[in-house]
Amino acid sequence: MNIVVCVKYVPDAQSDRSFKADNTTDREAVDGLLSELDEYAVEAALALNEAGDGGEVTVLTMGPEDAADAIKKGLQMGADKGVHVLDDAIAGSDAVASSLVLAEAIKKLGEIDLVITGLASTDAAMSVVPAMLAERLGLPQVTFASELTVEGGTARIRRDGDTASETIEASLPAVVSVTDQINEPRYPSFKGIMAAKKKPVETWGLGDLGVDASQVGLDAAWTKVESVEQRPPRSKGEVVTDEGEGGKALAEFLASRKFV
Amino acid sequence: MAEVLVLVDHVDGTVRKTTAELLTAAARLGEPSAVFVGTGFETAKDALAQYGAAKVYRVEDPAVTDHLVAPTAEVLAQLVGQASPAAVLLPSSAEGKEIAARLAIKTESGLVTDATDVQPGEGGGVKTVQSVFAGSYTVTTSVTKGSPIVTVKPNSIPVQEAAGAAADESVTVALSDLATAAKIVDRKEKAASGRPQLTEAAIVVSGGRGTGGDFGPVEQFADSLGAAVGASRAAVDAGWYPHSSQVGQTGVQVSPQLYVAAGISGAIQHRAGMQTSKTIVAVNKDPEAPIFELVDFGVVGDLFQVLPQATTEVQARKG
Ligand SMILES: Cc1cc2nc3c(=O)[nH]c(=O)nc-3n(C[C@H](O)[C@H](O)[C@H](O)COP(=O)(O)OP(=O)(O)OC[C@H]3O[C@@H](n4cnc5c(N)ncnc54)[C@H](O)[C@@H]3O)c2cc1C
Ligand SMILES: Nc1ncnc2c1ncn2[C@@H]1O[C@H](COP(=O)(O)O)[C@@H](O)[C@H]1O
Repeated sequence: MNIVVCVKYVPDAQSDRSFKADNTTDREAVDGLLSELDEYAVEAALALNEAGDGGEVTVLTMGPEDAADAIKKGLQMGADKGVHVLDDAIAGSDAVASSLVLAEAIKKLGEIDLVITGLASTDAAMSVVPAMLAERLGLPQVTFASELTVEGGTARIRRDGDTASETIEASLPAVVSVTDQINEPRYPSFKGIMAAKKKPVETWGLGDLGVDASQVGLDAAWTKVESVEQRPPRSKGEVVTDEGEGGKALAEFLASRKFV
Repeated sequence: MAEVLVLVDHVDGTVRKTTAELLTAAARLGEPSAVFVGTGFETAKDALAQYGAAKVYRVEDPAVTDHLVAPTAEVLAQLVGQASPAAVLLPSSAEGKEIAARLAIKTESGLVTDATDVQPGEGGGVKTVQSVFAGSYTVTTSVTKGSPIVTVKPNSIPVQEAAGAAADESVTVALSDLATAAKIVDRKEKAASGRPQLTEAAIVVSGGRGTGGDFGPVEQFADSLGAAVGASRAAVDAGWYPHSSQVGQTGVQVSPQLYVAAGISGAIQHRAGMQTSKTIVAVNKDPEAPIFELVDFGVVGDLFQVLPQATTEVQARKG
């Protein structure tokens, strides 16, 4: 199958993430990486083609210069080619604009069977881009897959909700998002790292996609961040060491706060 | 006064607490209209009236309920076209967010997800508050484009009763072929635990790798407090507790009055799901565990000693 995997380059969650003066996420101050949750999407695509009749896996990212790293990681894991949508006008885009750019890039890639995304980006964590892509591409959406199989032109997933576990089917082409329950992403092998250097990566600008600069970026956003405030760190409360009475102390605390 | 649409979250007509929260928030922005999709309207009606729904748009077409999010988004888009609401409020569940996402594109409206507060904007529109980067920042956003679409986190809005007429308006929908392209072919209801729903519980007690697989003390302590039980990913990955109970970035995000972490170290991904809890308590053997940086009260000790003693003490106090 021809599979497009959307991968996002995000600030490392382990570092101190922050905002810039224009209230957009500061993507320069901290090291970035391929959003960990998108590794599951890459793995799912590779596994499908390895188990099936093969085909091409394309990793697609929209992001700044450094986002090329996210593509590189995907190629090292085993994807066949990469597409990087890079344009100064894109900076500050919200999910609505991001989904427009990604949808146009997917259309430009031509005949595809599946679009696979992660569960959520680890920075914005909205989990809305996959649904928006489905809406814009006019494709069925099967999201939050904790299992994914494809047979006879139908994608089937299992989705675990809080009240039920559902099996959902859709005909291809479709947009699928996968959770971190679906697989164990592989580490790039030495061979994979060497091979990635020779794999094709195309860089597209908005002009290549027929998207007008006025449709994207901070000024085009349908929402406006008014203010960003760092929450005062939680002041550390009392910590006692259990010397036989710890449970009682705990109950005492809960009673003092009226939980008992 | 302009209408404000609220998508009702319910199981066969039993309305979830989030719906009361959304109706309360809606009343700040205009006149709340509930949108009820599925069966059980008669059961739901009183609860919707109790929290101020002036109108209830009722959609019972099985084509909508058997097909995931796309048809509900079409229904809401149709209603947005008819009513030009001041805002559309949905629960911040996986489904709520996806419906909201599609609706935003369809109606060219601004979207905010995971809001912890919703107020009228100064110059019209809607102002929202969100908590981002694992709770370390608070972001205020205004939405002015279209009919602002906001998904609201459970447990964020204090519920207020307000009598509403809940006037019944049956809606017929014309769905596109695309809306029914993804179909639910099988559904296995989870066995009810008898405990409160994780996202709406006032108290959550979670266990981690430190339980070594024995959730008994965690469950007993939870039951003494009438709490829901959660788990860290380490405990879920080990197969000790179901994934639907996982608290964190890739599980559920909870915001209870009280969160108790037992045998959980407090990794950033776990914090992302519980850091907005009002009061945080931890029990952990390791005094250096990062979870202690967040706590209002902590006990350094063995959870197998501390929790049973606390359970007995809580039960004794409750008498
Ligand atoms: C992409 C990604 C997504 C993730 N999403 C999530 C998520 O949604 N939720 C989540 O929780 N994690 C998530 N994680 C995993 C997270 O990074 C941690 O690995 C996980 O939270 C650790 O779980 P734990 O605290 O139970 O285990 P550990 O980190 O092993 O901590 C166990 C703790 O128990 C204590 N302990 C041991 N025995 C006892 C005892 N008898 N009494 C008291 N204390 C004891 C130890 O001192 C230790 O602090 C994610 C990771 C990644 C990479
Ligand atoms: N800029 C981007 N480039 C490529 N893929 C993206 C981008 N933003 C979001 N995605 C994809 O959409 C998923 C959900 O993102 P989000 O809606 O931001 O939580 C991610 O896991 C990615 O697969």
